[in-house]
Amino acid sequence: MAVPKHKVSKSRRDKRRTHQKTGAPSVGTCPECGEAKLPHFACPECGVYKGRNVTEVSE
Amino acid sequence: MRHRKSGVKLNRTSSHRSAMFRNMVTSLFKFDRIKTTDPKAKELRRWADQLITLAKRGDLHARRQAMAIIREKSVVHKLFNDAQQRFGSKAGGYTRLVKIGLRKGDAATLTLVELTGEPVESKKEDKKAVKADKADKKAKKTEE
Ligand SMILES: [Zn+2]
Repeated sequence: MAVPKHKVSKSRRDKRRTHQKTGAPSVGTCPECGEAKLPHFACPECGVYKGRNVTEVSE
Repeated sequence: MRHRKSGVKLNRTSSHRSAMFRNMVTSLFKFDRIKTTDPKAKELRRWADQLITLAKRGDLHARRQAMAIIREKSVVHKLFNDAQQRFGSKAGGYTRLVKIGLRKGDAATLTLVELTGEPVESKKEDKKAVKADKADKKAKKTEE
C-alpha cells in the first residue's frame, strides 16, 4: 500500500491551506429601497421580492 | 447509483419524513403560506402539487386519498371546494417559494411557501367544514 514517506510539516500543511478561504458573499441592492440584499432573497428591509411585498399577510 | 431516485431524505427515517410532510402540507393548506427551511420547502411542493391534483379531480376516491395524507378533515373540505376555482386554469405551478433570509443559530436558509392563485372567498362559515371540525375534535376526545 502506498504510504507517505515523510510527515508533512506544519509549515507545508499550512502553506497548502492558504488557498482554502471563503470569499465575500455576493451582495446586490434592492431595486425598491436601495438597501443591500442577497440575490434571490426577499429584501430584509422592505420585504419586496420581484415587485411583490412578501411580508404582507393578505394578498 | 441514484438513477431515478428523486426526493431528499433530510436525515430522517421514512416514517419520520412522511409524518413531517403530512403535518407541513396540512399547515400549508390551512394557512395558505408557511415558513420553513429551503430544502423542506422544495420537497413540500411535491406533496402540495399531488394533493391539488387530487382536489381538481374531486371524486370520492380522490377525496379519500387526500384524507389519508391531510390530517384535518376541514382542510380537505376547503381544499376540494376551492381547488377548481383557484387552480382549475393551471396545470402545475401551484406553489411559490420566496427565500426570506438566514436563520440565526444555524444559518439555514428560510423560505416562504405560498399557494398561488387568488384565495377563494369562503361563504360565511362553511357548514360542512364546521361539521367536520366538530367530528375531528370528537374523534380526538374519544382517543384520549
Ligand atoms: Zn428593499
